[in-house]
Amino acid sequence: MTAYVVRRVLLMVPTLLAIATLTFFMMRLAPGGPFMAEREIPGPALEQLRRTYGLDRPLHEQYLRFLANAARGDFGPSYRYQGRPVSEIIAEGFVVSAELGGWALLVAVLLGVPIGVIAALRQNTAVDFGVMAAALAGVSVPNFVLGPALVLTLSLGLFWFPPALWEGPASRVLPVLTLATAYVAYVARLTRAGMLEVLRQDFIRTARAKGLPERTVVFKHGLRLGVLPVVSYLGPAAARIIMGSIVVESIFAIPGLGRYLVQGAFNRDYTLVLGVVLFYAAFLMVLNLLVDLAYTRLDPRVELS
Amino acid sequence: MSIGLAPPATVAPDLAASPPRSLWSDAWRRLRRNRAAVLSALFLLWVSGTAALAPWLPGMPDPSVQDLARGAQPPSWSHPFGTDELGRDTFARVVYGGRISLLVGLVATLVSLVIGVAYGAVAGYRGGKTDEVMMRFVDILYSLPYIFLVILLLVFFSRSLVMLFVALGLVQWLTMARIVRGQVLSLKSQNFVEAARALGAGDFAIVFRHIVPNTLGPVIVYTTLTVPAVILQEAFLSFLGLGVQPPDASWGTLVSDGARVLALFPWLVAFPGAMLSLTLLCFNFLGDGLRDALDPQDRRDVN
Repeated sequence: MTAYVVRRVLLMVPTLLAIATLTFFMMRLAPGGPFMAEREIPGPALEQLRRTYGLDRPLHEQYLRFLANAARGDFGPSYRYQGRPVSEIIAEGFVVSAELGGWALLVAVLLGVPIGVIAALRQNTAVDFGVMAAALAGVSVPNFVLGPALVLTLSLGLFWFPPALWEGPASRVLPVLTLATAYVAYVARLTRAGMLEVLRQDFIRTARAKGLPERTVVFKHGLRLGVLPVVSYLGPAAARIIMGSIVVESIFAIPGLGRYLVQGAFNRDYTLVLGVVLFYAAFLMVLNLLVDLAYTRLDPRVELS
Repeated sequence: MSIGLAPPATVAPDLAASPPRSLWSDAWRRLRRNRAAVLSALFLLWVSGTAALAPWLPGMPDPSVQDLARGAQPPSWSHPFGTDELGRDTFARVVYGGRISLLVGLVATLVSLVIGVAYGAVAGYRGGKTDEVMMRFVDILYSLPYIFLVILLLVFFSRSLVMLFVALGLVQWLTMARIVRGQVLSLKSQNFVEAARALGAGDFAIVFRHIVPNTLGPVIVYTTLTVPAVILQEAFLSFLGLGVQPPDASWGTLVSDGARVLALFPWLVAFPGAMLSLTLLCFNFLGDGLRDALDPQDRRDVN
């Protein structure tokens, strides 16, 4: 177990190195630089700026220095947000994004799993067909269509929630709903398929045969294995929620990581973009490891190798 | 005389009397019975037909003609989807936007199909060390937060349509490669491959003439599901301002533009948003239907 975790963590290093290298050189190869702003910067001042940020050094030196610093979690100062270290911006944005994504994931599981179980128990009835059609629709409506639609109806129409920003509990509702809907639908589909698979297995028949109440059979014996597909989906789901939160943060003007990423990319804020991408990558890998560990907890048949 | 190199029919003697039914005719019958899939296919035919033929359809307004006197009008008989701030007909804009969205979906899917099938087939057929190295490479790419790379690629290099095709296609081929590799691994030890080899077929011919055609079922299913994924990603990028650039418009840019004036002219986001969502929904229904039709073993959540 420990050996497994250590090996997985060690495997992350080359992957992160690859990502760092790829993004670093991609940005350096790109035409244009961070100081090609609206205003022309006079020559000496530009020299000064380039020296301050170490851009005058040979490329390989910049690269090595970047790697050494990044390993310590230091991505240098932002090019655009004057005087602010990238790590500080990331920490600030991450708190917001994590709250948004965390709520969305929670809503997805808390709504999706019960819906899926109900559909499975009512298999091939109108309830089942209705729920599954709605789920497929939920998967298909993009969040940047759903977001404006929700704003239009619930916010501008009914005045229930503020249409934007991230201040106060009421402002959380629409962004979380926008982000979560697709995952509620997907989790429901996964749960339904998983439950149908499990409920026809022998140990369920045994449990029923020994006279356990149906509730115990379904929820204690069935659900435990039935939600496994959902658990293994949580890793990819988190990755997609991060991608989705970029859009949702743009729609609702939420100061999260995704918004910094998009703006940083437009501003050619090299250090900020590199920092955010590396942070996301590391975060996703840790998340996937946790998911794999959770998997072994739930399914005793799985062994870590 | 041509020697049949197709997989030998493994018909048990007692079944040989009944007329042979191929996988395809079986699948076709199953698909036709799936009403949602059939309706979806019809809807997609209608949408793509309208989009493809738009410039030649009688009565189709020009999407770029501005008429400021008739700007920002709600839906009416003369403008069923309303007009935008510049007086352009929203219906025509949605139809022409569909041209771009569907085109991106098809081309990027084609890019991913070609790369994925070739890569997966070679890895699976070679096996051993080659396979291990090739698939490890895919694993590494999988673990990359690719959407960020796509964003960076588009921001730093160019925001042309071609770049969009390439960027989206490059992202999508990984799963295809895995699927094809798995199929090839299980197919390559079968008798018909042995027969082809015995007849002197080269590796290239064996892989691409004999093995790959037999992986078509899963490939078709996954392709059907890749198209909406790509359309969605194009719309996502366009929504962020990174995808299709003016004067071209896709459903993603229309939704993005419409969302800015949401409170004033809601129809500008409603119609392109609805078309985009419906199209994605239909592709998903069709993909599900095809999977059920082509892959009878994988029907556990259907029965």
